[in-house]
Amino acid sequence: MPSLFGIAWKNLRRKRLRSMLTIVGIALSTWVLVSLLGFNQGYENSLNKDIDNLGFQVLLTAKGCPYEAATLMLKGGTGLKYMPYSIVDSVKANPQVEEVTPMLMQVVFDPNKGESGGVTAFLGIDPATYPKMKTYLIFEQGKWFDKPEAMEAVFGYEAAELEQREVGDLYLLPESDVEVTVVGVLKRSGTQDDGTIFLPVRTVQNVYKLENKITSIGIKVNKETDLAAYEEELYKLSDVQVVSMAQVKMTISNLVATARVMVMSIALIAILIAMVGVMNTVLMSVLERWQEIGIMKSMGAMTSHIFKLIWFETILLTFVGGIVGSVMSWILATVTDKLIRSVLPYSPTSALVQIDVLLALKAIGIIMAIGLISGIYPAWKAAKIRPIEAIRSTDGEL
Amino acid sequence: MSVNNEKIIEIKDLKKIYVRGSEHIHAVDGITLDVNKGEYVAFVGPSGSGKTTLLHLLGCLDNPTEGSLMVADRMVYCENKCMNERDLTKLRRELFGYVFQKFYLIPTLTVEENILLPFAFYQKEDAHKNAKHLTEMLGIAHRLSHLPKELSGGEMQRVAVARALINRPKILLADEPTGNLDSKRSAEISGIFQQLNKEEGITIILVTHNHHLAESAGKMVELKDGKLV
Repeated sequence: MPSLFGIAWKNLRRKRLRSMLTIVGIALSTWVLVSLLGFNQGYENSLNKDIDNLGFQVLLTAKGCPYEAATLMLKGGTGLKYMPYSIVDSVKANPQVEEVTPMLMQVVFDPNKGESGGVTAFLGIDPATYPKMKTYLIFEQGKWFDKPEAMEAVFGYEAAELEQREVGDLYLLPESDVEVTVVGVLKRSGTQDDGTIFLPVRTVQNVYKLENKITSIGIKVNKETDLAAYEEELYKLSDVQVVSMAQVKMTISNLVATARVMVMSIALIAILIAMVGVMNTVLMSVLERWQEIGIMKSMGAMTSHIFKLIWFETILLTFVGGIVGSVMSWILATVTDKLIRSVLPYSPTSALVQIDVLLALKAIGIIMAIGLISGIYPAWKAAKIRPIEAIRSTDGEL
Repeated sequence: MSVNNEKIIEIKDLKKIYVRGSEHIHAVDGITLDVNKGEYVAFVGPSGSGKTTLLHLLGCLDNPTEGSLMVADRMVYCENKCMNERDLTKLRRELFGYVFQKFYLIPTLTVEENILLPFAFYQKEDAHKNAKHLTEMLGIAHRLSHLPKELSGGEMQRVAVARALINRPKILLADEPTGNLDSKRSAEISGIFQQLNKEEGITIILVTHNHHLAESAGKMVELKDGKLV
């Protein structure tokens, strides 16, 4: 027994090339849509992951530009401003503070780096507190430093690859005559720590004549703390800049908002083009089958049957196109990631485009809903065909 | 099955007027006619005489302009009031089978699917049993899985006849059913119609230019300029 769905399916196969081209159009729109939704989801997750991996909720830096502070927090930076080490004790004095870790970033020119030299950044850390906050850092080889002033270094995974260092090797600190021993190499963490060379904070101070100076303090407060109120309190300290996790997120989100709007506009245009394509294909099909539809009505098809029949064709087109587009976006996720990364002012370290089944289903749902809307006119046009008009005419008219 | 005097179609002073600008074309011009149950009627006449228009009116495919039309004791059209589209569709399902000159088979569906096509829109008991009976009677049982393009003209028309009869209609309307067939295939269709009328008791009304087909009907009605001659 033929079914409306079966008739619709067979009809789409009648003009295969036309149906295929329409499906390609829908698939491309779905690809854009899934990638956009994947980007929205992925960027948020990736940014959260980067910030969570900081291990602290608040970063205290010397007073300066908040954007620079945000960059410092996530990526390291140049043109550094310093704070006195004594500020650590002031921060610790607050009972809301669970853990405090001082950091000293030092950026030096290394003439042996690359063909014409390059910049190397060190992060001076406190071996007693820093590892407690960065619990996700796991060693490939070795361990953290033994003493706060040890002449030792720990390399992030990528830094070790780049410098070709293993545990036991010596490393000459640029702009000094001091050599440190590599005591640890970290496993890949997918964060900015992979490219970092860690030294004890006291060692950096001593070697680079930065006695009693630090660039930032990572602060972990207890869960009950009202962050906004605590930040206000921190501002009572002189010449400090407070950067909270929420601020960092907001700052970066603002920077990325323009890029998001641009991508969203492209997606919208692609979807509109696909809508017109679907409407055109189905309408052409209706006009070509004007007589057939009229004959169906003479055989007992109600208006609703014809409406459903044409709508099924739209559903099939958008469903197949949606599936193809989702698979395409999943396969091309890495390429899309690279494309988006190239236009963003700041990209978190982990995947920017995160596509999962739920997201793909959501996109297919959106595409099908749009397809259904674009199918309304052709379906209505077909449904109102009178048998006698169809029998008398050879083709339908718009 | 013999013809009884029970009327299945009654038309009184039926008119169909087409308006083309300022011109009024009387395609059907005040025809009064009764068709009895089991009757086999052929409408003949020159082209443009209104045969096909009359057939469409009788088959509830088109609305008259004036007059009255009653089918199986149900008033389809009277005093400018027409049955609503939903009821008309139900009437078509229940009473009519249509055969057209151009067959109008769906090219993407097999012979079997074409025959059973009406049941994509409504259910009827014994559909498959009836399909088997019809395809055997019409000699197309071996062609069920074929597509229309794989059939000859005569076979296509037989499929169209099977499709028209699948809902066990009381009235079969045929518009130039042999118009696209050679004389041998025309004779086959003519034989099938006679058989359907005599053995199944179906009322048949057809429009034809084919004298042999018209002569095989029990009653010949001639039209000219939209009127009965």
